Amino acid sequence: MSSQTISAISSSTVMPRESEASRTQPALLKRVTAWPGVTTAIALIGTVLLWEAAARLLSIPTYLLPPPSAILGSFSSIGFERWAGHIGATLRVALFGYALSIVIAIPLAVVMMRSPLLSRTLYPLLVVVQSTPVVAIAPIIIVVLGAGDAPRVVITCLITFFPLVVSTATGLAATPPELIELSRSLRASGLREITQIRLPFAVPYIFSALKISITLAVIGAVVAEFCASEAGVGYFIQLSTSLFKLPQAWAGLFVLAAMSLLLFQIVVWAQKLLFPWSLPKNH
Amino acid sequence: MAMPALRFDRLGQVFETRSGRTEALRDVSFDVARHEFVSILGPSGCGKSTLLRMIAGLLTPTSGSVEVFGLPVTAPRDDIGIVFQKPTLLPWATVEDNVVFPARHKTGRVTAEERQRAGELLDMVGLSGFEKRLPDELSGGMQQRVGIARALLMDPDILLMDEPFSALDALTREVMGFDLLRIFSERPKTVVFITHSVSEAALLSDRVLVMTGRPGSILTEVNVPVTRPRGPETAKDKAIHELSDHLRDLLLNRHAA
Ligand SMILES: Nc1ncnc2c1ncn2[C@@H]1O[C@H](COP(=O)(O)OP(=O)(O)O)[C@@H](O)[C@H]1O
Ligand SMILES: [Mg+2]
Repeated sequence: MSSQTISAISSSTVMPRESEASRTQPALLKRVTAWPGVTTAIALIGTVLLWEAAARLLSIPTYLLPPPSAILGSFSSIGFERWAGHIGATLRVALFGYALSIVIAIPLAVVMMRSPLLSRTLYPLLVVVQSTPVVAIAPIIIVVLGAGDAPRVVITCLITFFPLVVSTATGLAATPPELIELSRSLRASGLREITQIRLPFAVPYIFSALKISITLAVIGAVVAEFCASEAGVGYFIQLSTSLFKLPQAWAGLFVLAAMSLLLFQIVVWAQKLLFPWSLPKNH
Repeated sequence: MAMPALRFDRLGQVFETRSGRTEALRDVSFDVARHEFVSILGPSGCGKSTLLRMIAGLLTPTSGSVEVFGLPVTAPRDDIGIVFQKPTLLPWATVEDNVVFPARHKTGRVTAEERQRAGELLDMVGLSGFEKRLPDELSGGMQQRVGIARALLMDPDILLMDEPFSALDALTREVMGFDLLRIFSERPKTVVFITHSVSEAALLSDRVLVMTGRPGSILTEVNVPVTRPRGPETAKDKAIHELSDHLRDLLLNRHAA
């Protein structure tokens, strides 16, 4: 899901290049398809129409593949308030877990950069945690931490943590050595070396991890809801499936995808707004 | 003669690493007078950067000593500025903020006086009007000019320059050389200048030191018999060309040996 989200976004923001073929197209068509996202939108609408037609003409059973019209219908039949409740629950867990992960990962990366001993000790442990499937630890965490948001936030934190630590550590180490020598030649404090040189240089690395982690955060929240929950979009999908209300489950799925996409885009915007210099030059 | 700005006394540096032992420098002895411009020529890996890092107090000699104004170097000093091979500016900071960075980094704040000095320095290196630009809006030569202004912010008496123009194209490089002549005639500095260009060394220096391959030591030193002020015309001077040829021969013979 997350990689699809990412590729969908990148393909919709890349302007199609003029090619030999496009020169032979009528002028209006050429101009319209040159808008960012237009071709993606056309492809999407086409898929939906084809899907609807296939579902009706081949009379595919609803529990196998509900037609888009049925999915759309269940959107409205659920009602705004119930949606808001589920979305709010998932969003709350995803964002708290994400924030917790950032608050722990970045200082930890700094500490690991300063202390090779700590780095050597902790790195294998981090790899072990990362290699253990979160889906498998989730039920245990829920038993240990009990009801409430706490276990769900911890699960989200676990799944988003590793990319952040590794990327931040890589970024902190990627600072040009000349600037570190400049810092030392000025006899500046280690804290200033971190805040004025290393961390800013790590910003592009941190943001590439933030983009990966935000979609992972949604996955983390959903995994947690699958294990134990009474609210959230993940819970809603599971409940709908168990009741064989497949159009509802599909509607939930689309809500999740839209949520991931939007959150991802917010991170992209945040980088553009706060650290424009950290973007690759051709953007 | 007055006290030298720099004195190297049987300086040596041996690196012990996991892959083995590297003797980078052996028995390097020479003096640099205050406001003298000394170039160092030598094959790659002969310890030129290592030498600069020891002057800057970033590396402790394993034998012998470096003295700055009569005091052995034990830590980085305030009166030494460094210009690196690459400009290595902060990509998020404007040209002006890059120039005042040493002040901000050292003390945590920048005074109005330092900002004003940054403006003057940018003017001197030919970048007035570019104060608010970001580094990647500048050419390589302009970025290196910012690097030079940054090194001069604290008005150091000694300037260490480690192949500062080697990343630039030939023409820019020549222009930068002429600019350095002008800058140091306005504000005399003690300069240790590392280069691979014999003509650059001849044009800019009062004295050129030629080093041997690793372990690096001083093969010979050559005075530049050309008066100051120098400028673009000096580059056409016969004495400069003869000296360049002589230096080239010294380096090539050394390589062949
Ligand atoms: N920190 C270090 N640790 C180990 N070896 C080093 C270190 N710094 C430099 N050297 C070695 O010392 C020699 C001289 O290096 P350097 O001073 O950079 O040469 P140059 O600047 O003349 O090209 C090289 O062989 C290099 O590999
Ligand atoms: Mg070097």
